Amino acid sequence: MSIFSIFPDRASTTAGQVDLLYTFLMVVGIVMTVIIFSVVAFFAFKYRRKDPTYRPKAIHGSLPLEITWSVIPFFVMLVMFAWGTKLYFQNYTPPRKDTLDIYVVGKQWMWKVQYPDGQREINELHVPTGRAVKLTLASEDVLHSFYIPAFRLKHDVVPGSYETYWFEATTPGRYHIFCAEYCGTNHSEMKGWVTVMSPNDYQAWLQNGVPDESMADQGHKLFDRYACVTCHVTDQPEHAPPLTNVFGHPVQLEDGRTVIADEAFLRESILNPSAKVVKGYQPNIMPVFEGQINEEGLLQLIVYIKSLSDSTAAPETHRDSPAGAIPPAKPIHKQ
Amino acid sequence: MSTTLPHPLHVGERTNYLNADYGWKSWLFTTDHKRIALLYLFSVTAFFFLGGLFAVGMRINLLTPEGIFSHDTYNKLFTMHGIIMVFFFLVPSIPATLGNFLIPIMIGARDLAFPRINLLSWYIYIVGGIVALFAIVQGGVDTGWTFYAPFSTTYSNTHVILAAVAIFISGFSSILTGLNFIVTVHKMRCPGMTWSRLPLFVWGHYATSLIQVLGTPVIAITLFLLGMERLFHAGIFDPTLGGDPVLFQHLFWFYSHPAVYIMILPGMAVISEIVPCFSRKAIFGYEFVAFSSLGIAVLGFVVWGHHLFVAGQSMYASMVFSFMSMVVAVPSAIKVFNWTATMYKGSVSFETPMLYAFGFIGLFTIGGLTGLFLATMAFDVHVTDTYFVIAHFHYVMVGGMVMAFMGGIHFWFPKITGRLYPENWGRIGAAIVFIGFNLTFFPQFILGYLGMPRRYASYAPEFQMLHVMSSAGASILGVGYLIPIIYLTWAWRKGPISPQNPWNAKGLEWEQSPTPPPTFNFDVPPVCTEPAYNYSGEGAEVGLG
Repeated sequence: MSIFSIFPDRASTTAGQVDLLYTFLMVVGIVMTVIIFSVVAFFAFKYRRKDPTYRPKAIHGSLPLEITWSVIPFFVMLVMFAWGTKLYFQNYTPPRKDTLDIYVVGKQWMWKVQYPDGQREINELHVPTGRAVKLTLASEDVLHSFYIPAFRLKHDVVPGSYETYWFEATTPGRYHIFCAEYCGTNHSEMKGWVTVMSPNDYQAWLQNGVPDESMADQGHKLFDRYACVTCHVTDQPEHAPPLTNVFGHPVQLEDGRTVIADEAFLRESILNPSAKVVKGYQPNIMPVFEGQINEEGLLQLIVYIKSLSDSTAAPETHRDSPAGAIPPAKPIHKQ
Repeated sequence: MSTTLPHPLHVGERTNYLNADYGWKSWLFTTDHKRIALLYLFSVTAFFFLGGLFAVGMRINLLTPEGIFSHDTYNKLFTMHGIIMVFFFLVPSIPATLGNFLIPIMIGARDLAFPRINLLSWYIYIVGGIVALFAIVQGGVDTGWTFYAPFSTTYSNTHVILAAVAIFISGFSSILTGLNFIVTVHKMRCPGMTWSRLPLFVWGHYATSLIQVLGTPVIAITLFLLGMERLFHAGIFDPTLGGDPVLFQHLFWFYSHPAVYIMILPGMAVISEIVPCFSRKAIFGYEFVAFSSLGIAVLGFVVWGHHLFVAGQSMYASMVFSFMSMVVAVPSAIKVFNWTATMYKGSVSFETPMLYAFGFIGLFTIGGLTGLFLATMAFDVHVTDTYFVIAHFHYVMVGGMVMAFMGGIHFWFPKITGRLYPENWGRIGAAIVFIGFNLTFFPQFILGYLGMPRRYASYAPEFQMLHVMSSAGASILGVGYLIPIIYLTWAWRKGPISPQNPWNAKGLEWEQSPTPPPTFNFDVPPVCTEPAYNYSGEGAEVGLG
């Protein structure tokens, strides 16, 4: 980044689009500012006081003018609104399939990153170019915000819920990660680097330190350790709902509602099982895991449950993606 | 009146609100709105310089990427800067000083509707201020002025409760002032002072008062809930207790975004007086300027969610808030265009108040336009919580409100003190403030888009050049604020005696009330006989030339 540039590095498909929007906003802003400044300066000079006794004639207003200078700026604002909203929805709505899912946990004052294959990092994020990466953000304590200026993206990390956003990196390099939501003493030290790599380099990086267990395997272990396995058994559905093919599917609740079993639902159902009881089951049978299990473990459990669902089992499609040899996001085949 | 100083003639021969009585009791127990306005003026000025000192500390710290002070110290500096400036300077700045002083005189009343409540509001403000000072002396607060939960309720080890109590208390002062203004404007107008003849200064304060009365209770509730969770672990905001941190942001901004309009509408009210006077011409589009104030007051209540575009609120809610934020810009734009059009075919002069008004129009334009940038959601995602936001709201709050405050203080200085300030020093001060302001805050727009997050005690080295520029500008801005303090203090004691209407301005406060006003404002009961800003002398002739 040149020190004279007003644009930071551009390293995602979004960055250029946001810069284009910014350029449009700047053009509108500069044009409006120049118009107002020059009219003010022109009037001030042209009508400067020459004769202290002169009493200008009153002009009380003009309805057509008022309408003109209300409506025209409003239409310009509508363009800003429509453009900004379209891009916002695009940037915050992850593609339904083929995303590389990476899990980020923020805590005072570090970022803990987990990959589906089981790698873990602190304050470092490695992503390939040309592949939609979906971040799932969780916080162990206070609000944080995962901000990557080179991608022009951020989202608050909210304790008690999962937030997500996605990006597709375009340019290999190392870029800043900042925490953008004030989080206490070392807020300004809660930063890291995202390393964007070509697909081949990324593959090499993945294989450099292949862990023994994938994230789903780690979750499976927790599933055994917390004795979930004693009730959530597929062939004995009378105690607890089986978890096979649950993720991503609609679930009927005891109170008649139907919800989609997404990460947020699974999270709530683990931490506070009585909040939404599945139809045909009793509340208060499963113990409350609130405070028993940390955010990273929770994410591993959820990835494990995801791996039991065929809705995410589309490993073959990845072979055709630009990322080439990249392994599938959800390592169901490892089960 | 017996005085020991050799007073110039007119002060010696006339009794006014300043020389009617002496001694501390005559000030601390006064119910005269003008004396209470001065009590407020000295208090908010003191808080302004205290808040400014914290800003000096911040700009010194940001000279180097590693920072000069410890992280905790810096975090406390920006928190106390925000709390003092927002709640103890900006919110009361113009309404409690100029508004308090001028509204009764402008509408031809001898005081506000509830003079004792007016004094009470100052005492409440002072009690709140003392609690805030106590919080600072005890070691300060490190939550940021926004008090976001659960950091503020569970994690911070600083004096959050003290600071919250200070703001809670001072909020009642704001509510009482607003209530007093609303009743006064409804019930105390003199014969002939119809709603359509009200000075726009009064319209602006009327709109402000509505927000103060309706909005301030919400911040009181929010801070009360914050205290309940921090002290008694009531699960409201902290998810580990069963609460929702985003709820805090909704509640906080439900007040604090309208509060932004509490801070800017009185500034617009001042500009609406200054521009016609120094253009010698009636305001262009009186009704549009008046009703745009009310429009801003109403619409200001439905835009708070634009602070939450990245906070986890529904995308569809964000969409509605983005749209409403665009809509609320229209009445602000209307005002700017009408002030500009007022100068058309006028007779424009360039005394200090008008220079501040030019500064206001220019800086508010930039502040307002960058506000539209931020309402554009995809753009906001990148720059929210960066220096872009800092620059934007300082252009509105400092470039707008403080410029208007300075302009208003100069415009009505003769009215308040009976003396004239040195005009050339005034112009020099205004120019230095304008230059210093832009040097301080313009680089922050660039810093923000480059990705420099706000509230950072240390930063990446590539941001240093722009931070040094900003700190250098801040030192110029500081000089710009000290110069007026010096010559205004001097002029208060030694300045030349002002005639009743030094600007040849229209309005009851200049035309029918002596300068400085007597305790009950008028020697003869005032009557309003013409529309506001009748600089052309249409219809009834009342001009004093």
